[in-house]
Amino acid sequence: MNLALAPETLARWQFGITTVYHFLFVPLTISLAALTAGLQTAWVRTEKEKYLRATKFWGKLFLINIAMGVVTGIVQEFQFGMNWSDYSRFVGDIFGAPLAFEALIAFFFESTFIGLWIFGWDKLPKKIHLACIWMVSIGTILSAYFILAANSWMQHPVGYKINKAKGRAELTDFWHVLTQNTALAQAFHTLSASFLTGGAFMVGIAAFHLFRKKHVSVMKSSLRLGLVTVVIAGMLTAISGDTLGKVMFKQQPMKMAAAEALWDGQDSAPFSIFAYGDVSKGHNTVELSVPGILSFLADDDFNSYVPGINDTNKAEQQKYGPGDYRPNIPVAFWAFRWMIGFGMASFAIGILGLWLTRKKFMLPQHLRVGDDEVPHLVLFRNKALSPKLGRLYWLVAIWTLGFPLIANSWGWIFTEMGRQPWVVYGVLQTRHAVSPGVSQAEVLTSMITFTALYAVLAVVEVKLMVKYVKAGPPELTEADLNPPTKIGGDTRDADKPMAFSY
Amino acid sequence: MELHDVWFVLIAVLWTGYFFLEGFDFGVGILTKLLARDRPEKRVLINTIGPVWDGNEVWLLTAGGATFAAFPEWYATLFSGFYLPLLIILVCLIVRGVAFEYRAKRPEENWQRNWETAIFWTSLIPAFLWGVAFGNIVRGVKIDKNLEYVGTFWDLLNPYALLGGLVTLTLFTFHGAVFTALKTVGDIRVRARALATKVGLLTAVLALVFLLWTQVDSGDGKSLVALIVAVAALVAALAANQAGREGWSFALSGVTIVAAVAMLFLSLFPNVMPSSLNEDWSLTVTNASSSAYTLKIMTWLAAIATPLVLLYQGWTYWVFRKRIGTQHIAESVH
Repeated sequence: MNLALAPETLARWQFGITTVYHFLFVPLTISLAALTAGLQTAWVRTEKEKYLRATKFWGKLFLINIAMGVVTGIVQEFQFGMNWSDYSRFVGDIFGAPLAFEALIAFFFESTFIGLWIFGWDKLPKKIHLACIWMVSIGTILSAYFILAANSWMQHPVGYKINKAKGRAELTDFWHVLTQNTALAQAFHTLSASFLTGGAFMVGIAAFHLFRKKHVSVMKSSLRLGLVTVVIAGMLTAISGDTLGKVMFKQQPMKMAAAEALWDGQDSAPFSIFAYGDVSKGHNTVELSVPGILSFLADDDFNSYVPGINDTNKAEQQKYGPGDYRPNIPVAFWAFRWMIGFGMASFAIGILGLWLTRKKFMLPQHLRVGDDEVPHLVLFRNKALSPKLGRLYWLVAIWTLGFPLIANSWGWIFTEMGRQPWVVYGVLQTRHAVSPGVSQAEVLTSMITFTALYAVLAVVEVKLMVKYVKAGPPELTEADLNPPTKIGGDTRDADKPMAFSY
Repeated sequence: MELHDVWFVLIAVLWTGYFFLEGFDFGVGILTKLLARDRPEKRVLINTIGPVWDGNEVWLLTAGGATFAAFPEWYATLFSGFYLPLLIILVCLIVRGVAFEYRAKRPEENWQRNWETAIFWTSLIPAFLWGVAFGNIVRGVKIDKNLEYVGTFWDLLNPYALLGGLVTLTLFTFHGAVFTALKTVGDIRVRARALATKVGLLTAVLALVFLLWTQVDSGDGKSLVALIVAVAALVAALAANQAGREGWSFALSGVTIVAAVAMLFLSLFPNVMPSSLNEDWSLTVTNASSSAYTLKIMTWLAAIATPLVLLYQGWTYWVFRKRIGTQHIAESVH
């Protein structure tokens, strides 16, 4: 066994740890910004107090979450230069531009308007204050788009040429980088998965309160919003996942062959529920599979030919020279399944929940409840679920809040590890991308530092979340119900305390 | 003026914006220990920058991203070369951001005190290290023919760079003190002015030595003008502070930062990171920059987005223009 680390191993671990951690917060931030903005819009339009209480409740959780997303994002901006200087030199001409766009357009948007929103309750008229949270939401989505366009270029480089004299890749068509089908499909998939995440988060927490019969009116609205979000976003996640998969079958056949652990190409390729293979022998020893499904995923045709790992490896050797072009097959195989499994589990729980708590007019008289009562869970026409089963659904609904987070992480691990040994597919290998001047000791130091710091912050963050989840939506104050009518707030009482202060 | 020269100027502008804005919020962070007498006063200080610190910090991210896009070689050499100091800065910025957001979210004494301590150190350390980093950039570091940094961590801690660190540390503290005087009411405002005078005098001495050293090492006529503007503005800021003209004092300490950063970039040009081993191995605006096409796109971006950013960030300062004092801080925990 070779214990010596390759130069890129530690840097990859650090990138993996910091990026997966960062992405725990990103999808929640994206979706909670929009959902909070939606609730606040409902408040401004209907003036129903439950919407304002919901806005304050979910807004608080959103803020606790975005703080972590923002600070862990700083590392991402600098890590390319620190640990991947040869990558930065080689692709900076292309890859840097979307990052600069992200900073100059999206980050400024988010950070400025979030400050206005947090501190603006008694400084801005209602509608302008509402506009601020929408600006934050737009900022988060733009930010996602630019960074996904950058990542898509690593998955499928377009709009560039190699400048041999300078030894680097150079941009020739920025619009193509921003709008290639990989970027569109990735953005579609990531954004819908983000909303699945936020929806499930809302469902889980609302279920927690409804299960204990607390804060019913706010949580009932939240549950419905969460469930509808989960169902719509879940459906879009599946559709966009299928689209992205088909794009990947064309652009990175190796990744998709690895996703299935399909060693040799075949017609009517199966999709396995379970497989165990031996990488050195190049085939699976145990397998449980459904024929034709993989072909369908690749090509919308149950019978079409799908190339396998071994064929693709040979094809890449012919194209790029001798070498091993296989990613870590077990990781790709299982990551792909965990992504789909956890994501679709929360989707299914959402569909079930939406049916169980369906609207009054679909229910017989005796199962209808008032606005301040916990809904009955009604599976069949005339009968609510037994208390035992009802309890089980609420518990499952609470647990589902974690499922999309797991799915998201495995999705990224799959797409990034499935691209190996390439960092830019077909153009630059990961081992040629690290910083030659940074020692293993330095990388180890930073990796341990970030991991330890992130672990501590995770504990702090989760505890804080739990505290505010348990506290439930706040009661409204008079100031909440009488927002200022002019910018800068009410100036008559010079000594009035601020509505919000750190 | 070619596009890579334009981008040299724009990178300088981004760093200037960063030091101008986050400069005072670092300063305010430092003052939580130097100036505030009790928790309500600490909270007054923190809340003067509450709505804006995050937006201020984005100037750094933008400087980083724009350097990546416009000067990939500079980005690569700088951040891989200054690995450990940058790691320290990143850790500070992570903890600092969380500290602002989480400090008031629990009522426990320990919780609040720990985050306050964190705010002080995570403001002070980057305020110092950015000066060290720029001192090294201007002075030149060991860069080999492959444009790789080949020095060690300890090479970065040379006297010139350390003096640079002290200059940014004191200058930001001064900038923060005059900002506090401008943004607060009551006793803390009076004491902020008194402290500004003391810190300002110290800053003036350190800055004068550092900038003269820079001028002698690598200056020219233009950098001399910037030097004179920087020092004159600092003296004028001190005088304005003494006279109780808080707005002027803040504007002038801002001019000091602008002129000092300008001077550093003027003495750099056309290098972006000179090599102390061999002049031919220096990174310059030509050999470190992106292709003309990328720079053109970036220029369009900057031309459209930067004025908008200035506009809405400026608006934020206007919305939160009201001075605050201990009476404005509510007791309750959020």
